[in-house]
Amino acid sequence: MTGPTPTAPRRDDGAGASDLIAAPLALLSRLIDWPMRAIQRVIGERRMAYVFLLPNLAFFGLFVFVPLIINVVFSVTGGAALFPSQRPYVGAGQYAYLFDCGSFLDPNSCREDHFWRGVSNTARFTLFQVTAMVLFSLVTAVVLNMRIRARGFFRAVYFFPVLLSPVVVALTWKWILQRDGLLNAGITSLGGERILFLVDPSWAMFWIVFVSIWAHMGFYTLILLAGLQAIPADLYEAAEMDATPRWRTFWRITLPLLWPNMIVVIVLALIKGVQTFDEVFVLTGGGPGTATLMVVHYIYETAFSNQVQNFGLAAAASVVLGVVLFALTLAQLAASSRKGAA
Amino acid sequence: MQRKHWISALALLAGLVAGGIAHAQTTVRIAWYSDGNEGEVVSDLLKRFEAQNKDIKVVLDQVPYKAINEALPVQLASGQGPDIARVVDIGGVARYALDLRPYLKDAGYWDKNFGPFLEWMRPQGDTNSIPGFMTQLTVTGPLVNKTLFEQAGIALPGAKATWDDWAKAVKAVATKVQAPFPLAMDRSGHRFFGLAISEGTKVFDAKGEPAVIDDGFKRGAQLVFDWHKSGVMAKELWGSVSGAAYRGANDEFKNAQVVMYVSGSWQIAQFDKTVGNAFDWVAVPSPCGAASCTGMPGGAGLIAIKATKNPEAVAKVMEYLASEPVLSEFYARSLFVPGHLGIAAKGLDYKDASPQAKAALKVFSDQVASLSPVAYKLQGFVSNRIIFNAVISRVGQAISGETTLDEAYKRIASDVEQQIAERNKK
Amino acid sequence: MSLVTKLATARRTPGRWHWTDIAAYAYLALGVVLMFGPVLWLAMSSFKTQAGLLEFPPSLLPMSQKEVVVTGHPQPLPLFTVTMPDGSTRVLAQVRRIGIQAQMVDPANPAETIRVAIDKRVPVREFKLATENYTEPLERFAFTRFLWNSVFVTVVATIITLIINSMAAYALSIYEFRGKNTVMLMVIGTLMIPITIILVPVYLVVTELGLVNSLWAVILPGAATPTGVFLLRQYMLTLPRDLIEAARMDKASEWQIYWRIVMPLAMPALAVLAIFSVMWRWNEFLWPLAVLTKTESYTLQIGLNAFQGELQTQWHYLLAMTVVTLLPVALVFVFLQRFITTGIANTGMK
Repeated sequence: MTGPTPTAPRRDDGAGASDLIAAPLALLSRLIDWPMRAIQRVIGERRMAYVFLLPNLAFFGLFVFVPLIINVVFSVTGGAALFPSQRPYVGAGQYAYLFDCGSFLDPNSCREDHFWRGVSNTARFTLFQVTAMVLFSLVTAVVLNMRIRARGFFRAVYFFPVLLSPVVVALTWKWILQRDGLLNAGITSLGGERILFLVDPSWAMFWIVFVSIWAHMGFYTLILLAGLQAIPADLYEAAEMDATPRWRTFWRITLPLLWPNMIVVIVLALIKGVQTFDEVFVLTGGGPGTATLMVVHYIYETAFSNQVQNFGLAAAASVVLGVVLFALTLAQLAASSRKGAA
Repeated sequence: MQRKHWISALALLAGLVAGGIAHAQTTVRIAWYSDGNEGEVVSDLLKRFEAQNKDIKVVLDQVPYKAINEALPVQLASGQGPDIARVVDIGGVARYALDLRPYLKDAGYWDKNFGPFLEWMRPQGDTNSIPGFMTQLTVTGPLVNKTLFEQAGIALPGAKATWDDWAKAVKAVATKVQAPFPLAMDRSGHRFFGLAISEGTKVFDAKGEPAVIDDGFKRGAQLVFDWHKSGVMAKELWGSVSGAAYRGANDEFKNAQVVMYVSGSWQIAQFDKTVGNAFDWVAVPSPCGAASCTGMPGGAGLIAIKATKNPEAVAKVMEYLASEPVLSEFYARSLFVPGHLGIAAKGLDYKDASPQAKAALKVFSDQVASLSPVAYKLQGFVSNRIIFNAVISRVGQAISGETTLDEAYKRIASDVEQQIAERNKK
Repeated sequence: MSLVTKLATARRTPGRWHWTDIAAYAYLALGVVLMFGPVLWLAMSSFKTQAGLLEFPPSLLPMSQKEVVVTGHPQPLPLFTVTMPDGSTRVLAQVRRIGIQAQMVDPANPAETIRVAIDKRVPVREFKLATENYTEPLERFAFTRFLWNSVFVTVVATIITLIINSMAAYALSIYEFRGKNTVMLMVIGTLMIPITIILVPVYLVVTELGLVNSLWAVILPGAATPTGVFLLRQYMLTLPRDLIEAARMDKASEWQIYWRIVMPLAMPALAVLAIFSVMWRWNEFLWPLAVLTKTESYTLQIGLNAFQGELQTQWHYLLAMTVVTLLPVALVFVFLQRFITTGIANTGMK
């Protein structure tokens, strides 16, 4: 080998099994290195960036970018045919139909009221969910950051649901919340009346927020925990010396220093919230009525579940959603660059 | 039994003769969803077919219903998909169906025994093709928990009782025995139309175009709406999920929480097994409305797909499955109401069924002939699911209190119109 | 002993109990119940019989009715506790039920038939695991085939995801090149697009490529995840540049720098992405349902849901199969728990 000795620190965990994986990987690397070196010699060190980007961009282009374009094409065509070439051009017809509203504040006044109900439900859900998510993951992170025993265990407990599939999460809770579920068993045994949690609009909204927090809180907690642990301990010691009340320490030191991580949590939770579909779909089916119908659910149903698979209208709705999501993403960019400057 | 041996001996002989010629095995794929044990039964029957036809391999792809309802149309539209599929939206799949007529040995048998159902499977304007047959005919209607009636000391309403009579009776029973669901009806537009047609809706106008909202329809919708208000029906089915999502009350019925369950003949096999000896249940004829006493026909068809590369082999498989002895066995073992006129006329002996399941199957089978012509017409209408979905989605919203019934009527009319227009856009 | 005492005596200021310490432990205890409880409940429910699942109030443990063999009856008979007219209770076996009357016998004295009103009897129950919820569907379906497909999809897809995403992240974090901002904008712009809304167009692409019904149709479309690129890039930005410059001085090729320096250093972030990729691939349902139509190419999630019909859901099977698909996830978690949680904490999205 003519190359230099690697400067990377070798992780020395002494496991025999990892050699078994490492040996073929090293061989593979050497095999790839040869053509890569040749390419580098031709195009130079800098332009190697394109080579590294290529595989990802190829996949991305084929399976994300091209479909997005097709989706835009779908959104300006009508009919029930699948192939864009067989679909009649309808211009902005689908968008016009979608936006045909008496008042944008009242879904009932819109021709496609389900879309707007979806929009308003998603907005409300996201608002509640993000607020509660930040609150609970903050509390949990603070508690986990205290001098407690078995911190690893508790950290794992809160993280565990993150690994469950949305369908499992929803099934689990459905089993608890339905008429004859565990929760109603508890309520009746205490002498209360059964509550039909998933048939009452307000309860249904409460529970989808609750379940969504239950399922994802662990992830955000860890992000905040990392932020808490990065706060220098001497700041707290100084505060303690001055006999500053604890809530004040929290308000004056902890929160401001945690702010960058908070922004990450808020933005990620926001994205997740807008995308919510599977969990709610299985748990409440969008009901009662349309009280928990989400935008993505609406799009899915328009494209698949109806007898006429209305790809055009679904695509138009998804383009609208895409534009909104893009705006939110730009907000994230702005927020994270401000964070970088701070 | 002996005949089977004879056939397989012949097949073996044929195999030996043909042995010298290396002919490739053709594969026929069937996409099949199951509600009960019918998947096991058909795979049994297919094994026999393969034993007789060494040159054809039949693969039964057992899928969730979601795959048939949502993914299959996309697959078919793109030219993919199976050779044969068991579908519920028969009208929707019609344009992808293969006409088996040129490949059949005895097309007359099909015309004679499947005639009225073939119309459901044909694209509009086609009066000749044979796309498949019904794996089961279903009839909607009520199943009643007789034991609850006995415990309450209330007599079952008679054969010509109206929906009102039933509603009063089940409410009284439920109050006495404290059952939470006096009357449960599947959350499905299809089920609702049994009631609505009984109340006199015509569904179509004089020209044959859909005109869903009329007085009969409104009477039916008002009944369901009022029942939810007065506690005859619980909100958990109609007022729970959104859109066209289906909800049934099987679990609640099994658990003796439902006095009367308006569902259909397909429930029999399951209840026979799961209710067991816990209580007595009976099927009763559809209650009467202002116009008639009818349920809705329906069912799942086994449809050959045009895109297949081996139409001859597909026809062979279909011919085998549709043949009288095989189909009789299939219906009998799955406890389905036969969708084969000859078998239906002869009557079917459900060997494995309990007396109460047999009685229930008889009640449903007897109704096949007396269903309203409107019900048959609606079931055969290509865009019927557009109507079913719009109705259930909008009436559901009214029941959950989001809109009024009048608002729902307007929405149903415009939903149906918009979607049919979208379908016809070329 | 020491763990418990340590646990009980650990507090914010050593030697003194502050109310926040108590509150903290109470919160954590509640967390354990709330986080583990539901899943435990699901797992226990999956061992109940079809009838047992529907009982109200639900029993905590899987129970089923006790049966006894009584002479003169070929089938075992179900046992009930019966309240007799005089108020005493007896344990009797039911021969049959006619309407609201049950014919019962005393197992000790099978000759005499006793008539009992059905609301005067309560089933005698015993603890019993309904393992048939598991064995029946597993025998019916080609379980090992589904398992193999799922494992194949999960492993291959995760490897591909890790490699191509880390390469892209490397390019975006280490180099300055023309078009970098465009690529970054594309990555971030699509960060939030759920696959659900482009399902049909992706299906068209896959059909054009002739991939339908192959496992590659499941593996490839999700390989280039914007989230993965974003996560890895954020982490790689924090790596010390000196190392890379030094390696370049030593005439290491760019590939070697990526493979031997950056990759090992990015291990925590790679681990996080790997975990998410595994979870995601393993649980994927909608997309495989659309592209896989042949039994031999089904993944677990598709294959084990085949008993969900149009009109009925067999809950006892559904719950059992949910637990089956959950097991590997639980195992991964038990073994890699520490690695995962510290990995995410360290990635920290700095």
